[in-house]
Amino acid sequence: MNDIDRNRRRADLATKLRPVVNGHHVFSSDEELKPYECDGLAAYRVVPLLVVLPGSVEEVQEVLRICHAEGVAVVARGAGTGLSGGALPHEDGILLSLARLNRILAIDPDNGCARVQPGVRNLAISEAARPHGLYYAPDPSSQIACTIGGNVAENAGGVHCLKYGLTVNNLLAVEIVTIEGDRLTLGGGGLDGPGYDLLALITGSEGMLGIVVEVTVKLLPTPQRAQVALAAFDDVEAAGQAVADIIAAGILPAGLEMMDNPSIRAAEDFVHAGYPTQAAAILLCEVDGGNEEVSEDIARVRQRLLDSGASEVRTASDDAERARFWAGRKAAFPAVGRISPDYYCMDGTIPRKHLPHVLREIARYSKESGLRVANVFHAGDGNLHPLILYDANNPGELEQAEEVGGRILELCVEVGGTITGEHGVGLEKINQMCAQFPPEELQVFHDVKAAFDAQGLLNPGKAIPTLNRCAEFGAMHVKAGDLRFPHLERF
Amino acid sequence: MQDQDKSSELAAQVREAAARKQPLRLVGLDSKAFYGHPVDAEPLSLATHRGIVRYEPTELVITARAGTPVAEIEAALAANGQMLAFEPPDFAGQASLGGAVASGLGGPRRPWGGAPRDLLLGVTLLDGQGRILRFGGEVMKNVAGYDLSRLMAGALGTLGALLELSIKVLPAPKVERSLVLTVARDRALQLMRDLARQPAPLSAACHLEDRLYIRLSGNASSVAAWEKQIGGDGGAGNDFWSKLRNHKLDFFQSERPLWRLSLPPATPRLDCEKEVLTDWAGAQRWVYSSCTAAELRHEVAKVGGHAILFRHGDTETPVFHPLNHVGEHLHRRLKKTFDPAGILNPGRQYAAI
Repeated sequence: MNDIDRNRRRADLATKLRPVVNGHHVFSSDEELKPYECDGLAAYRVVPLLVVLPGSVEEVQEVLRICHAEGVAVVARGAGTGLSGGALPHEDGILLSLARLNRILAIDPDNGCARVQPGVRNLAISEAARPHGLYYAPDPSSQIACTIGGNVAENAGGVHCLKYGLTVNNLLAVEIVTIEGDRLTLGGGGLDGPGYDLLALITGSEGMLGIVVEVTVKLLPTPQRAQVALAAFDDVEAAGQAVADIIAAGILPAGLEMMDNPSIRAAEDFVHAGYPTQAAAILLCEVDGGNEEVSEDIARVRQRLLDSGASEVRTASDDAERARFWAGRKAAFPAVGRISPDYYCMDGTIPRKHLPHVLREIARYSKESGLRVANVFHAGDGNLHPLILYDANNPGELEQAEEVGGRILELCVEVGGTITGEHGVGLEKINQMCAQFPPEELQVFHDVKAAFDAQGLLNPGKAIPTLNRCAEFGAMHVKAGDLRFPHLERF
Repeated sequence: MQDQDKSSELAAQVREAAARKQPLRLVGLDSKAFYGHPVDAEPLSLATHRGIVRYEPTELVITARAGTPVAEIEAALAANGQMLAFEPPDFAGQASLGGAVASGLGGPRRPWGGAPRDLLLGVTLLDGQGRILRFGGEVMKNVAGYDLSRLMAGALGTLGALLELSIKVLPAPKVERSLVLTVARDRALQLMRDLARQPAPLSAACHLEDRLYIRLSGNASSVAAWEKQIGGDGGAGNDFWSKLRNHKLDFFQSERPLWRLSLPPATPRLDCEKEVLTDWAGAQRWVYSSCTAAELRHEVAKVGGHAILFRHGDTETPVFHPLNHVGEHLHRRLKKTFDPAGILNPGRQYAAI
């Protein structure tokens, strides 16, 4: 579409949609559209045709019916905190903001659940449940701002996944509106629903299959107590081994995080958490549960860490110290943001045993490219967040950072892992999907998409690359030989 | 039996059947043949496609072929202090891992340990065209592509024959204690819900005939503290839970139609329940009904649940809770995606699916 056609289309569609959403909830002017041009992945920006903010499920249905009839693309957006460009607008489509659907409909302590609209913030659910001694477990780092609808779309994780699971493990039901404008409840009031597990399928589907309009989440009893140990290691390998040793001892930590030296230094400079800045790596290991259980477990964790060669183990003596230990980890991304004009956050997951190898390779890519890389790692579940430091003002550096990022993700696939553990594919990792999945599997993904959305109107161009795109990507991205690390087992 | 990889033979068999539009009945170790509608078709046997492919305890993942007996997997895990947290039922003493996941059934630990779909990390499957496809993987967190592996859990083989499964495993609790309290049904339900709201190390809560059975799992100090708080006596023992899990209790030894209800756990007594075993702290109820199927399903749907005619149904009554038209439409289109010729367990779950 050229600009004249686009403006005509914009005016025409706005006329059709305004009566549905009370007139002023359709944005069409440049200054209104501008704030929606990107999500948390700010390197990509597109101005949508319109931004539409429905105020009820019925309005969502009517908006979708109109878009379906008119063949207009629809990109859903929650709080826009996503890191993979999943909510990046489509230039010829509408951006459907669910922000006005922000009510907590019910906290039901007897049934251990909360029924909420998609625009409710993740943390707000736990806050509302707190008087009942309950909370919502998944805690993505953006939990203060991100919304539950987006959490469902991305299958959001957090630092407590190993013990408490991801979003998909903490949902009871999701109501969606299909592109045809029909309502459908997936899951149910019990622990399972009838038929295929469409609840699992919609979770993490990145707004490609339906629009989430209501979510019933599981609430868990708040643990009586949590306790955290901080261990320093002289080399990363020993820290990796310590993680395996803790698991082998039959302990399932609530959180198990690793930071490498560049991350430790950046975090320490920023929040003064008291981290040992000479350490090659630190581990934060949190256990939670009943009072007695926590005392017993933290003593065992401490012993394991020492046995595994930790040069120092500190146990938080009170909640203030515990908060301080965590402050560094939680501030790791902004801390890295302080030492570099820009950074690019990756999200691969690997079988934990390959951590030393993967970190060595990342260090090599860093050296070759001249770009610094800091690593933070959800060590318990193998989810690695390398932060690639660059300066977008230096011509070519963003592209270079993306190139290093791409190599890291392909490395994750090669060692039997995945290109994204919790941030989603979005637009960002769409090329690496070609490295992870062969054409047949990609075609099945397209067929599943078509089962929900035959015209391909929901979030087009995201998450699943076309086979043509993969062919082009493969052609310009020739690997030396077949596989770069022939000594590794692959599965 | 010897461990072996029969993937290519099985794929050839499916391709050949697809060419003839010959329906196939997927069979693992045939312990759940009663479940779902009968499928009149040639068998596709996965029993000899068996063996643990990879198991590294510190990665908390096991990968095994579909025909591997659950008992064999549990033995391998137990040797390393780990377990299958969904406690798959073993109705005939020989369930296969593929069947355990394809049926989607969980045992008494399910509300705390998760269902098969919660622990399933990845599958290799054989679709209705005989293509071998792989979704998910062997890592804990993976959001690349749609979650088609979890879609297979509970699909009863109608979307694909599971060939290989990667399952998250968990450390087995160091201590388990069972408590029995003598208490009537309504009070028991209240007690179960109260307990579920507290940070107690619960791993099972079941009520049957004026007895409330509670299982605590965790480390010694925590279990002892809660045991003291809850009270009751320790009469039941692990035997009760294994009999509950595998339907060996007297309650299940009847030829009458047995319903499985999945409900919001605090749902009070239903009008239609004649005899009931309440499991999962209220969320799963096994019922001999005093109503017609339609009446029972209506009552269950009103509270947001669904009802499965688990065993001893007549040939007329749908086993699985009917879908609404939007849901049914999507089911059919998904079936067509994975099995265009409609040859994999046709009709076992829903007519024309």
